[in-house]
Amino acid sequence: MAQLLQHLINGLAAGTIYALVALGYTMVYGVLKLINFAHGDVMMVGVYMGYATAFALGRDMRSSLLGVAVVFAVAMLGCALLGFIIERFAYRPLREKPRLTALITAIGISFALSYGFQLDIGFLPGAAPRAFPEVIEPVEWLVIGDRDVVVWNWQVISFGIAVTLMVGLQFLVFRTRFGRAMRAVSWDHRVAALMGIPTDRVIALTFMLSSALAAGAGLLYAIKDTSVSPLMGLYVGLKAFVAAVIGGIGHVPGAVIGGLVLGLVEEFVVGYAASTWRDAVAFGFLILVLLVKPGGLFGRVAAEKV
Amino acid sequence: MRRLAPMLLAALAVMAAACEKKTQPAPSGEGGSQAAQGQGAAPGGAPADANTILLGQVGSLTGGQATFGISTRNGIELALKEANAAGGVKGKKLAIRVYDNQSKPEEAAQAATRLITQDKVALILGDVASSNSLAMAEKAQAAGVPMITPSSTNPTVTDKGDYIFRVCFIDPFQGFVMAKFARENLKLNKVAVLQDNKSAYSIGLADVFTRKFTEMGGKVVAVESYSQGDTDYRAQLTAIRKSQPEGIYVPGYYSEVGIIARQAREVGLKVPLMGGDGWDSEKLFELGGSAISGSYFSNHYSPDNPDPRVQKFIADYKAAYGAVPDALAALGYDAARVAVAALERAKDLSGPAVRDAIAQTKDFPGVAGTVSLDANRNAVKSAVVLKVEDGKTQYVTTINP
Repeated sequence: MAQLLQHLINGLAAGTIYALVALGYTMVYGVLKLINFAHGDVMMVGVYMGYATAFALGRDMRSSLLGVAVVFAVAMLGCALLGFIIERFAYRPLREKPRLTALITAIGISFALSYGFQLDIGFLPGAAPRAFPEVIEPVEWLVIGDRDVVVWNWQVISFGIAVTLMVGLQFLVFRTRFGRAMRAVSWDHRVAALMGIPTDRVIALTFMLSSALAAGAGLLYAIKDTSVSPLMGLYVGLKAFVAAVIGGIGHVPGAVIGGLVLGLVEEFVVGYAASTWRDAVAFGFLILVLLVKPGGLFGRVAAEKV
Repeated sequence: MRRLAPMLLAALAVMAAACEKKTQPAPSGEGGSQAAQGQGAAPGGAPADANTILLGQVGSLTGGQATFGISTRNGIELALKEANAAGGVKGKKLAIRVYDNQSKPEEAAQAATRLITQDKVALILGDVASSNSLAMAEKAQAAGVPMITPSSTNPTVTDKGDYIFRVCFIDPFQGFVMAKFARENLKLNKVAVLQDNKSAYSIGLADVFTRKFTEMGGKVVAVESYSQGDTDYRAQLTAIRKSQPEGIYVPGYYSEVGIIARQAREVGLKVPLMGGDGWDSEKLFELGGSAISGSYFSNHYSPDNPDPRVQKFIADYKAAYGAVPDALAALGYDAARVAVAALERAKDLSGPAVRDAIAQTKDFPGVAGTVSLDANRNAVKSAVVLKVEDGKTQYVTTINP
């Protein structure tokens, strides 16, 4: 029983991070109908920004509340800028081209970032994984029995940050002028433009927002697993993409549920079966969901206009 | 729809480009530049310079096991430099061509093929990770080019054929060493095993450890697995914790073991971890922090060995690379010296002649123990057990075959 509870906590911790990354996929897909395969790698860059910031702050400073805030702020703002640059120079010129062109560009950017960061020149970090500094000093938050179930402070903090970001996003999309503009662009960006909505600006802001979310999620992931490597983005990005599709891509709460479900499924498979089965079960689950509900758990199936 | 085909082609081109840069040659040392000139003169790839013997190395210079390949390369470089300073082999200078395999078997096989067909090397020095050496051994055996792996300990590597040699002990011995150490020195009764299911090395060590430990009267209470590249092991560790072991055997590579150690402490497992030579890297201490202290692993050599030959090697290595050589550097050095001695002995530089010369290696004084090759082309030698303490390793004991 205690073991079950521990698995549940671990699964939720992993799931919230998948959910945050999945939100980025879903938002960009929502406005552009583009699967931004570079999303996971933007996340990886954000983690390295946080890594550099944490080291610049020094040991005492980075584990203070202000230090944590600075690490997150630098990584999220830095990634927002990176997202803006990628959108402006890689995707915008292809806006009126067939969708496949942008998709392939996204794959190209993904490779450029993940392999570029394996170089060991200048500020680039090199291929070897590195230990991520303990930005949040680990403290046991709750211990049940003889350490049968342990909840750590960073698990709680990371859950809190994730929920705050998700609620904030939900508010932004459904309660603000910018959110309304986003939804309008998502509906039909040509008509939205005719209605006087600055579509380019809305799309750029969406990219910045999703990249900042990715940086936040990446930092939580690095804090959880205490390491950072240039290939982490490919791996986490793929998993989060699966989560977004399970939830129904383009659907905000769907991405969150998809992420949580995926995190829990993986944890239980590894805990009770074998780690070898983890990816097979995760992707098998995806296929199952798509067979039963082709649009994902929450998505609607829309007839494609050709 | 008509546009789809060119698009897909473009996508393939992007992927191909991303894959292409992986096997760029990384010429090193004086030999490297000579070899590069040689290639420039003869576009076919054969070294045009008749006064050079070209050797090849494939190593993991990037990727998860990057420090392995780099240490090995440094050790080999040092040995060749010394050999060249002493007049080379048969009046010719030695040069080496090094290719990166990114810690991936597919890349290793490709790089080995390139060394054989394009660079036409006299001999190949293999990789550290057994999975990569296995992929290379296949190509070397088929082409009849002798290959020596400095530190691949999986038994199947030399089973590939009579051209494949190694200068280190094999997995069954490492598993045996740790089982014996856990049972007799640490007096453990119940242990858990956490193995890397993607690595032949890890599975090999885990199997032998389990068998020997059980034979010696101990009990393996849990067997869990992970896949190389994972970063979250809490699920497996939570399951292991339930079986209340007195120690955990984690025969993996340092990049995963460091993180496993942290997470083991986090889920409340305070028992010592035990492993093999895959732990041997400075990175282990960085990734594992204080969590890895108090753990043990079997290894090929210890820098604490007072033997003057070992101390001279350490001093030379430090002077050249500014670091204390790890076991992989020592084995790289030994492998290159065994190769040089064999090339000198061989009646000519053809594959069969060099193969026969290597097979005769007997009581060769290496820095990581004395190398004698047995009938299966494996080195027979003793192992040391090291303890990790405060970001350093301490020599504990030597265990003989």
